[in-house]
Amino acid sequence: MEKHIITALVEDKPGVLNRIASLFRRRGFNIQSLAVGSSEQPGLSRMTIVVGGNSRVVEQVRKQLAKLIEVIKVSDLSGESFVSREFVLIKVKTNRETRGEIIQLAEIFRANIVDVAPDSLIAEVTGDEEKVESLIGLLRRFGIKEIARTGCLAMTRGERSGNGKHLL
Amino acid sequence: MKKTGAQILCEGLIERGVEVIFGFPGGVLLPLYDTLPQYPELRHILVRHEQGAAHAADGYARATGRAGVCLATSGPGACNLVTGIANAYMDSSPVVAITGQVARPFIGKDAFQETDITGITLPITKHNYLVLETEELAQIIEEAFHIALEGRPGPVLIDIPRDVFTEEVEAEKLGITNHRYKPKTGGHTVQVEKAAKTIDSARRPIIISGRGIIISHAAQELTELSSKAQIPVTTTLLGIGSFPGSSPMNLGMLGMHGAKHANLAVNNADVIIAVGMRFDDRATARFDSFASEAKIIHIDIDPAEIGKNIACTIPIVGDARVVLREIARLIQPQTHDGWLSQIREWQEEHPLPDVEGGEELLPQYVIRKIWEVTGGDTIIVTGVGQHQMWAAQHFTCDRPGSFISAGGLGTMGFELPAAMGAKVGRPEETVWCIAGDGGFQMTIQELATIAQENIGVKVAVIDNRFLGMVRQWQEFFYDERYVATPLSGPDLMKIAEAYGISSQRVGRREEVVPAIRRAMEHPGPFIIDFIVRSEENVYPMVQPGGSLTDFVEPPSKILSLLK
Ligand SMILES: Cc1ncc(C[n+]2csc(CCOP(=O)(O)OP(=O)(O)O)c2C)c(N)n1
Repeated sequence: MEKHIITALVEDKPGVLNRIASLFRRRGFNIQSLAVGSSEQPGLSRMTIVVGGNSRVVEQVRKQLAKLIEVIKVSDLSGESFVSREFVLIKVKTNRETRGEIIQLAEIFRANIVDVAPDSLIAEVTGDEEKVESLIGLLRRFGIKEIARTGCLAMTRGERSGNGKHLL
Repeated sequence: MKKTGAQILCEGLIERGVEVIFGFPGGVLLPLYDTLPQYPELRHILVRHEQGAAHAADGYARATGRAGVCLATSGPGACNLVTGIANAYMDSSPVVAITGQVARPFIGKDAFQETDITGITLPITKHNYLVLETEELAQIIEEAFHIALEGRPGPVLIDIPRDVFTEEVEAEKLGITNHRYKPKTGGHTVQVEKAAKTIDSARRPIIISGRGIIISHAAQELTELSSKAQIPVTTTLLGIGSFPGSSPMNLGMLGMHGAKHANLAVNNADVIIAVGMRFDDRATARFDSFASEAKIIHIDIDPAEIGKNIACTIPIVGDARVVLREIARLIQPQTHDGWLSQIREWQEEHPLPDVEGGEELLPQYVIRKIWEVTGGDTIIVTGVGQHQMWAAQHFTCDRPGSFISAGGLGTMGFELPAAMGAKVGRPEETVWCIAGDGGFQMTIQELATIAQENIGVKVAVIDNRFLGMVRQWQEFFYDERYVATPLSGPDLMKIAEAYGISSQRVGRREEVVPAIRRAMEHPGPFIIDFIVRSEENVYPMVQPGGSLTDFVEPPSKILSLLK
C-alpha cells in the first residue's frame, strides 16, 4: 500500500486528538502512525500522520481533516522534499557473548545504549524509517523484548514554513 | 457587571437573533429555566420529546435560513437529541443544540444523568463544545452560531455544566470575533474559466442542482445559467425548489425514484454541472456506471465533497451563488434543441404514472390536490418513505425552501416536528406536513405541543396501513412476504380529538378537495387522515444496486410486454 505523510497544525485543545482519531475510524482511513507535540506557535500543536492508501484516499483524508474546526492547516508532504525521523527505544536480550556484538551494531547505526541490565540492554535510535527498520531487523536474532516508537515526524526542507501545499 | 452563565447564554442567544428555543427541561437545566422569564424576547416552546426539539429546530432552520435552537437536559435528554442532530448533519442544516451537563466536579464520575454527549455527537456535528470556563461561554456561543451558519451549514452542540449556569463572572465580552473558520467562497478563476469553456463546447449538458443552491440563495443565478445556454436542470431530493418546478427546463428529481427522463438525461449527458450536491448514492445509483461519458463540473463549498463519491473533471470549491454568477457571465449564449427534444422524447415515452386511479383513493392524487388547492403557495414538510417520494414527484415546487424533507438520514418521524418548526419560523406561510402513517406515530406526541402553542400546521397523513416503502421492497424483492410492515390503528380521529385538534377522515376522491379547503380555512392546526390505496407503489424505481437507468417495471407493464 502507498504511504503518505501528512502534517497538520491543530489547536491545542482537549478532545482534538479524539476528533481526529474518530474521523479516521469513521471513514475507514488507515493510520500507520500519528505523532503529536507542541509547535512553534503557542496554543498550536503539530501532528505528523502516516496514512496508507492511494492518492484519492489520501486526498479525502486531507480534506476531511481540514474540515475539522480545530485543524488550522493540513499539508501532504508527498512530492515535497522533506526530512522524516523517528525515535525508537529497543530492549534487546543480551548475554556475555552477544553484548559486544550488539553494542557494535548500535554504534554503526549511531544508536546509544541508554540502559544495561544483566540480561538485556536498551538502545535508542533516531532515523528515517529505513534506518530504524534495518536496525530492528538486525537485532531480532538476539531477541527483542520490547519496542517503543514515537512514529514518524516530518518537515519540508528549506525555506517553506508550515510545509507543503496549503489546504485552507 | 457580573452575570450568571445562564444570563450570558440567554443574552448571547438574543444577540445572535434567536427568537425561539425548542426545549425540554431537567435537573441540570433548572437554573437556566429559572432565568428564562427574565428574557421575554426568547420564546420557549416545550416539546414532548427531545427528538421533536431537534427536528423542530431543523425545520425552523430550513424554512428561515437562520439557525434553529434546541435545548435538552443532560443524559437522557441529550441522548434523545441524537437522531435529530444526525439528521441535521446529513442535510447540512444549521441547528444549535444546547445541552445541560452535570456540574464540573462530577464530570467523569458517572454521575446521575451524566453522558459524554460531546463524545457521542462527535461524528454528527460540525463542531461541538464542552464549556469548562464560564468566562468562555459568550465567546463559544458566538462561535457556535458562526460555524453552524457559515460555509456548509451544520449542527453545533454546546454542552454546559450545571455550575456554569449558576456561576457569576464578569460578563465583559472577550470581544474576539476573529473567527478562524472562514470558508472560501469565490471559485478559483482558472477553474471557473475552464468550466465555462467546457460548457460552451457541451452538446448534451445538464445541471444537477442540490440543496446548496437553496442555502446560498443561488436560484436566480441558476436560472440565468440554465436559460443563457439552454441547459436542462434536474434536482436532487433536497434540491427541489432550487429551480422552478413549473419551468419546462426542469426535468424533476433524479435518482432512485427520479423521473426516468431525468435519469436518462444524466446518464447520456456529455457535461454535468453539479452544484451544491454531494452525489448521494440515492441520487447517482451505482457510482461506477454513473454518467460514464460525461465531463463533470462539481461546484461545492465543502472541498471534501469533491471527488468523494464521484471523480470529477473540474472541481470548483466555492459558494454556489458566486461561482454560478461568474460562470453564467463567461459562457456563450447557446441552444441545445436536439438534446432537449431527445429528452422530451424520453419524457413522452415514460410519463409519470396516472394519479387518478380507479375506485381507491390514490396517494399521488392527494398530493396533486394539495398542490392545486394551495396553488403551490405552501411549505411542504415530509417524512420518509413512499409519501415522501410522491410528494417529491407530484408537488410542483417553485420556491427555494418550500420543500423540506429528511433526505440524507431518512428519518421517519421528522415530518411533524419539522413542520411545527417551519410554521413557527414562517408563521405567515401555510405549512403542510405530508406524513406517513408509520412516521407520524414516531413523533406523534408533538401534537400536544402543536395544540398547546396553537401552531397552525396542516397535516395530511397518507394512511396506507403499511410501512409502505418497506412493504414495496418486500413486494418486489421478497415475494410479497409482508413481515413486520402491516400497521393497524390507532384511530387517528380519536388521537386528534384527544389532543384537541380538529380533523377529518377522507377515503373518497370527491372528498379530497373540500377537506383540503376546510383544513386551510380552519384557524390553527388540522389533521386529515387520507385513507389511500394500501398497496400502491412508487414508480419509477431504479433497481437497487443497479445503474441510474436500470428501472424496475410495474407488474402490469411486464404483463403487457409479455402479451
Ligand atoms: C427511524 C426510521 N426507522 C426505520 C426506517 C426504515 N424505513 C424507511 S421507509 C419506512 C416506511 C415508512 O412508513 P410510513 O411512514 O408509513 O410511510 P410510507 O412509506 O407508507 O409512505 C421505513 C420503516 C426509517 N427510515 N427511519
